Amino acid sequence: MSFTIATPANPHAAALHQAKRNSVVLTTRHDRASRSGIWVGLFAITMSFAAFSSALFVREGTTDWTHIVLPSVLYLNTSILLASSATLEVARRLLAASWPFASRGAHRAGAWVFLTLLLGLAFCVGQFAAWRDLRAQGIYLATSPNSSFFYLLTLIHALHVFAGIAALVYLAGRLTAGHSALRRSLFENTAIYWHFMSVLWVYLFLLCRMKL
Amino acid sequence: MVTVVGSAAVLERGDPMAEGSVEQAHVQAPPEGFLRRYVFSLDHKVIGKQYYGLALASVFTGMLLSWLMRIHLVWPTARIPGLELLSKGGAPGGIITPEYYLSLLTMHGTLMVFFVLTNAPFAAFGNYFLPIQIGAEDMAFPRFNMMSFWTTFAAWLVLMLAFFIPDGPPISGWTSYAPLSAVGRDAGPGMEYGMSLWGISIALFCIGSLLGALNFIATTLDLRAKGMTLMRMPLSTWAWFITSCIALLAFAVLLPACILLILDRHAGTSFFIPAGLVISDRVQPHAGGSPLLWQHLFWFFGHPEVYIAILPSMGIISHILVNSLRKPLLSHKVVIYSMMSIGFLSYMVWGHHMFLSGMNPTSALAFSFPTLTITIPATVLVLIWLGSLYGARIQINSASLFALGFISMFVAGGVSGFFLAQPSIDIYLHATYFVVGHFHMVMGVASLFGVFAGTYFWFPKMTGRMMDETLGKLHFWITFIGTYCIFMPFHYLGLIGNVRRYQSFVDDFMAPYIGWHKFITVCALLTGAGQLIFLYNLIYSRFKGKPAAENPWNATSLEWSIPSPPPWNNFGGKHPVVYHDPYQYGVKGSKGDFVMQDSPEQVIVSGD
Repeated sequence: MSFTIATPANPHAAALHQAKRNSVVLTTRHDRASRSGIWVGLFAITMSFAAFSSALFVREGTTDWTHIVLPSVLYLNTSILLASSATLEVARRLLAASWPFASRGAHRAGAWVFLTLLLGLAFCVGQFAAWRDLRAQGIYLATSPNSSFFYLLTLIHALHVFAGIAALVYLAGRLTAGHSALRRSLFENTAIYWHFMSVLWVYLFLLCRMKL
Repeated sequence: MVTVVGSAAVLERGDPMAEGSVEQAHVQAPPEGFLRRYVFSLDHKVIGKQYYGLALASVFTGMLLSWLMRIHLVWPTARIPGLELLSKGGAPGGIITPEYYLSLLTMHGTLMVFFVLTNAPFAAFGNYFLPIQIGAEDMAFPRFNMMSFWTTFAAWLVLMLAFFIPDGPPISGWTSYAPLSAVGRDAGPGMEYGMSLWGISIALFCIGSLLGALNFIATTLDLRAKGMTLMRMPLSTWAWFITSCIALLAFAVLLPACILLILDRHAGTSFFIPAGLVISDRVQPHAGGSPLLWQHLFWFFGHPEVYIAILPSMGIISHILVNSLRKPLLSHKVVIYSMMSIGFLSYMVWGHHMFLSGMNPTSALAFSFPTLTITIPATVLVLIWLGSLYGARIQINSASLFALGFISMFVAGGVSGFFLAQPSIDIYLHATYFVVGHFHMVMGVASLFGVFAGTYFWFPKMTGRMMDETLGKLHFWITFIGTYCIFMPFHYLGLIGNVRRYQSFVDDFMAPYIGWHKFITVCALLTGAGQLIFLYNLIYSRFKGKPAAENPWNATSLEWSIPSPPPWNNFGGKHPVVYHDPYQYGVKGSKGDFVMQDSPEQVIVSGD
């Protein structure tokens, strides 16, 4: 992809230009509140997963802990989710560069969001494949404490990813229609949430892989 | 004496938080239709009132349950007419079975802690007054706000459903200790389906509270009016803000705990159930879980929860006390910092509920230390309240009486906390009536006194009518004396060795002290009946009370600058501008001995 940003020659003016562009994201008090809201929400999610993690650590210290071999499709899923973060970041930058006037940028950003959406769905399908893989081995939710945590953590993470997908569907719809009423802060917040889900997944994957 | 500083144009220049563009607040018209206005309303004021109503229904249900428990304790064979209709198995012929006593106890605790002490001082008053006190037209996320109430309401319905299923309510107490709470039917009546309903209800409650806390935080951080710096926020708003930070962390941990519990009960996992456990002559088909894990997760939520109950009341009574004293507290900032320290420390003390759980004695000491430390900010608060009272001419009305009553309850109930915080003493007092007396006074009744004070104080604003002062004072004295009569003997009984959660003492070593229990029961019945005065006052004044002025208490904060009851968009589509600290009392202003926060006049400190 190639996109150009009209940058004024004067460095001082460039800085000013950039500052104006950034401030466009959070113009109103409600934009700022939703930015706070997304971080506060992510903090609560972090806290929940910290509680699950500490439960896992306690449980891993007991005598009947056995390690399950994680399905290898998880490596593919991890790369898909990380790739989806990258595509969403491309979309975010395209939109930032063309904000607020160029509808062409919005269309292209919409395409990248759509790609992100597909990757997100592919991740969920991949997680489902991992669960099927385990079931085929006769490893169910209640089979061992390790499998209990694996199913639980992946399922709750997937539910959070679904919430992100719902937001992406909304954004993709707005952008491909070139809708001018899109709130940029909503886009930014969705991106923050989506990146967080990627990081959270990497953490959970390591947590499930780790042998104390 | 008063210098009024120029016109609005001049003032605009001096705005501390001047922004490039002032957006229009709530340009849309108020919602039409019954459902949107009163049921699925997005208005924070309606949502606040809905929370208040839910808390009111819960508190009277919880009180009724405590009556039944008190009656059963001293007259175990007493027949309660009609109770057999509610539960055939629990009260055959209207006589409460020992198991049903535990069901009542569980439901009493759950209703009171979650649906009263969390909902009334925090969610109800917080929703109604936090946006107004900071000069916002609504919460940051009105839709989340509506969801938060209706999720909480669903949680309440699921919990109440337990009364009406054949299995009956669970018998595991409001703490639902594993493994008995995790194994199902073998653990006794109510533990098959009732316990599951409890788990689902509390999980829903967590979701509702998380949405609410998120809203409070974002609103406080970003929707403050011009000039409303953090330190200019009234103490009640500060308390709600700190409480929402605590609630965000606490409920985010209880939710996973409930999920794990539900999985243990229904999906065959073993998070909390150890190997080889035999209950009701049956080996439980689970292995390897840790019952202590539940206690850690639960109390990591559970201890902050008591501060979720008490902090908003601290804020509310501070707000009211300043108004009745007609002078600022000794220090506005120290009150705020003390509440912050309490919020922070509340996360380091959960182990003091588990001194006798078999955990390492060294960790018991480690939890004892912060527990004693947390009494320091609490004591600082009490000293500030008492120090501010010194030499003040306090205006006595129902609201300020309950505010003073709060301090009394908080001190009387808090002092026993010093004893319980020490593992060596707690070994003796653990799970006795001493503990029950302690937390009922310091967390339960004290917090309710804050709610009563808030109700008498803000009722004129919420309804446009005054509550009856004579009935209010009568209500105060009955509640105040009654509470001491009920809960002081609890401490004494606890020292004798009266264990909590036992269903009867008439035929054991406690038999000589049954007279005390009878006294408590009579007091509980009378004090409870006294609450009907409050209910009557509330309903009567709502429709027939004296019309209230816009600012009947000559108060300074923003909620008193708008009509009573406040219009749909609070400030008439404008954002107020704030010029002063919240409590400019004892100064000469154009309206009397106070200057309102949004008044552009200069403050001139008068007298000494």
